[in-house]
Amino acid sequence: MSYRSRLPPLVLAGLFLLTPGCKKEGGAHPSSAQASSNLPAGTTKPDASKLAEDDGQWLTASKDAANTRYSRLKDIHAGNVKDLKLAWTWSTGLVRGHEAAPLVVGGTMYVVTPYPNRLVALDLTKEGAPVKWTYEPAPSPSAQGVACCDVVNRGAAYADGRLFYNTLDAHTVAVDAQTGKELWKTKLGDINKGETMTMAPLVVRDRVIVGNSGGEMGVRGWAAGLDTKTGAIAWRAMSTGPDADVLIGPHFKPFYASDQGKDLGVRTWPPDQWKIGGGSVWGWVSYDAALDLVFYGTGNPGPWNPDQRPGDNKWTCGIFARRPSTGEAVWFYQWSPHDLYDHDGINESIVADLTVDGKPRQVLIHPGRTGYVYVLDRATGQVLSATPFGHITTSTGVDLKTGRLQPVPGMETGFDKTIRGICPAAPGSKDWSPSAFNPETGMLYIPGNNLCEDAQGYEANYIAGTPYVGMNTKMYAGPGGNRGEFIGWDVAAGKKVFGIPEKFPVWSGVVVTAGDVAFYGTMDGWFKAVHARTGQELWKFKVGSGIIGQPITFRGPDGKQYVSVLSGVGGWAGAIVSGELDPRDDNIALGFGGAMKDLPQNTTRGGMLYTFALP
Amino acid sequence: MKPRILLGTLVLLTACEREQRRFQELPAAARPAARDVQVSELQPGPVAAPPSEPAPATRAASEDNAYDVSEGKRLYVWFNCAGCHAAGGGGGMGPPLLDAKWRYGSEPENIYATIVEGRPNGMPSFRGKIPDTQVWQLVAYVRSMSGLLKKDVAPGRSDTLNTRPSESSKARETPRPEEVEQPR
Ligand code: HEC
Repeated sequence: MSYRSRLPPLVLAGLFLLTPGCKKEGGAHPSSAQASSNLPAGTTKPDASKLAEDDGQWLTASKDAANTRYSRLKDIHAGNVKDLKLAWTWSTGLVRGHEAAPLVVGGTMYVVTPYPNRLVALDLTKEGAPVKWTYEPAPSPSAQGVACCDVVNRGAAYADGRLFYNTLDAHTVAVDAQTGKELWKTKLGDINKGETMTMAPLVVRDRVIVGNSGGEMGVRGWAAGLDTKTGAIAWRAMSTGPDADVLIGPHFKPFYASDQGKDLGVRTWPPDQWKIGGGSVWGWVSYDAALDLVFYGTGNPGPWNPDQRPGDNKWTCGIFARRPSTGEAVWFYQWSPHDLYDHDGINESIVADLTVDGKPRQVLIHPGRTGYVYVLDRATGQVLSATPFGHITTSTGVDLKTGRLQPVPGMETGFDKTIRGICPAAPGSKDWSPSAFNPETGMLYIPGNNLCEDAQGYEANYIAGTPYVGMNTKMYAGPGGNRGEFIGWDVAAGKKVFGIPEKFPVWSGVVVTAGDVAFYGTMDGWFKAVHARTGQELWKFKVGSGIIGQPITFRGPDGKQYVSVLSGVGGWAGAIVSGELDPRDDNIALGFGGAMKDLPQNTTRGGMLYTFALP
Repeated sequence: MKPRILLGTLVLLTACEREQRRFQELPAAARPAARDVQVSELQPGPVAAPPSEPAPATRAASEDNAYDVSEGKRLYVWFNCAGCHAAGGGGGMGPPLLDAKWRYGSEPENIYATIVEGRPNGMPSFRGKIPDTQVWQLVAYVRSMSGLLKKDVAPGRSDTLNTRPSESSKARETPRPEEVEQPR
């Protein structure tokens, strides 16, 4: 049987999605998970977004526009995953943190490496998946110095024969998927201001949606929509500043009063502070075709020291819903107004349909850095629930009337005081590492942290292109001593179903399949398969270097199901190893390294792609 | 290269003589040879202004002077070196300064050049941003972090959250070169 004919027909896949019949026992079902068409209505050419329904491939870092990381493939299942064997490997030849998800399009796998951000095509139709071509964008080496948290890249997006991704020196590139030829390259930011780009884009119709990194360097955050054909910047929406810059217009209807009013991106800051106020957009973008809204989070305000920026610091540490074509803002919600702890709001917001209090709701599921799993109405931005999944000493909950996070008095960081026992620490109960959601069961799989910190504020001096933080932190393990936890979470019930303590923060992504298996990796180098309902460990494999990459699954040209993951420790959590930092200083890697002093004894660096299959 | 090595030796020898203002003896060539060289694209702050003071003929701060070293410690935070190299010099966006490994040399002249010219893999060029005297104070402080200064000049305490033992209690790390991948 040929590769193509094994795939479910696209139309059927679409129907499957839309049919309520796929909903099971009041759980959730994927709504509008399809990225919308890349072509004007009436065109018959198959487009990438429809292909995204095709579980044989993996076309965008988070699998689909809904950001589920759920695959209906089930040849590998809870019963036989114990027999999973290594099929082939490939070394990237690089030693820094490998955070990307590989993509699979037809018979080719595409891998984006950390700096120098090579894009490598591997031929899955040939034995051992040899390299087809390598594209080298040659980013400026200076960019390495302004990347806060290792020189990582989180992956690419595919649409219409093109691959789109970002380079560390703040460019977006489009590359021909067949030939590896550069189609366009657009400069979006300035490394001299500390702007880098590390996030994985999302393609919606004829727009590539991207954003900047640099929240620790006093950048001004933004998201942009580029024309897929030309790379021209169709819109750019700032995360701070006057409404005109934020693309806030007459259709902006935030749910809560605190987000309503003119020019809040200026008025909730001391004069001019918004110009260097952060709110970078370095995380995940999701999309709902029915509402025609993209959703993305904004990062921490700058500097970390909150006393230098009295006010709510809009629009940092929140989530925007925008029109993909124009960037126009439709609603906003702020997870952490006047953020005190570097609790960026950039984690994924998964598009799902859920039964809440007996009523079907169209929601976003957001396991946040603040330690709560948020469930939002995705049409309005209303918070339906916020349930703690981590150990929290910094807030008591979210007031559902005002939407406001309730801080714990006395735990506020600031000038010349040392606050101890801050939980979660700056990386939050979960950082960027994306969770997976099974719409059939309503279960969410969270790669979690269990870290606390002491923090002392001092005056941060703004010098463009250098760190703008103003906070000394020392991090350490939270209660129990395990620095990470892999959590199975029932979203509708707001309950932890299982938790697997891990020695180190779980900094990898997750994939969950219809075969009732969830895959994730650990920083000490175990790639694990657990039972998606119970958390029971079913299989594990020791890879060469700690895993911080995003696992994927796909059907190869030979018709077999495969699972792939990049190993290669690093990132903020693993910088102590990838950057060879000195463990004698507690403040290494902005304080994170202090909690990771034993990582060098548990793993070494080096990027390698591992692909597994049943024999 | 030769004159530099010689100079380095000269510096090491004379450094023992505590009272001597040894730096004034250095010929002008002791200064990083090409002051106009910049090897980093990064130039912090607003677009570079010309250096505010004339290039001094000699090193402008003493490694034997506790005040200069403690000024260096303050400036290390002030100029945001701490953000990239960590409060205690253990590293982050930039490499550790606390250890024995040196990519671009541990001699004061090497470190001066690192700060003023920048380095290709992300060390910004602070040319024209930091007055010369203060650059030398930073140089002295950077060296104190790996125990290269005499114990009685290295800072004994911090005014901030301690993230490692003090510079004055730091055992000397014998400098050794570290290979660094040069950009293509
Ligand atoms: C924006 C981040 C950043 C800032 C700010 C920064 N550095 Fe660096 N620094 C780096 C990076 C990255 C390197 C490595 C450069 C390379 O390998 O080419 C480096 C290298 C160095 C080195 C060379 C180390 C060796 O092994 O030879 C020294 C010394 C140094 N920095 C001192 C300083 C001082 C002093 C300051 C403050 C005036 C400072 N740095 C500010 C990022 C930074």
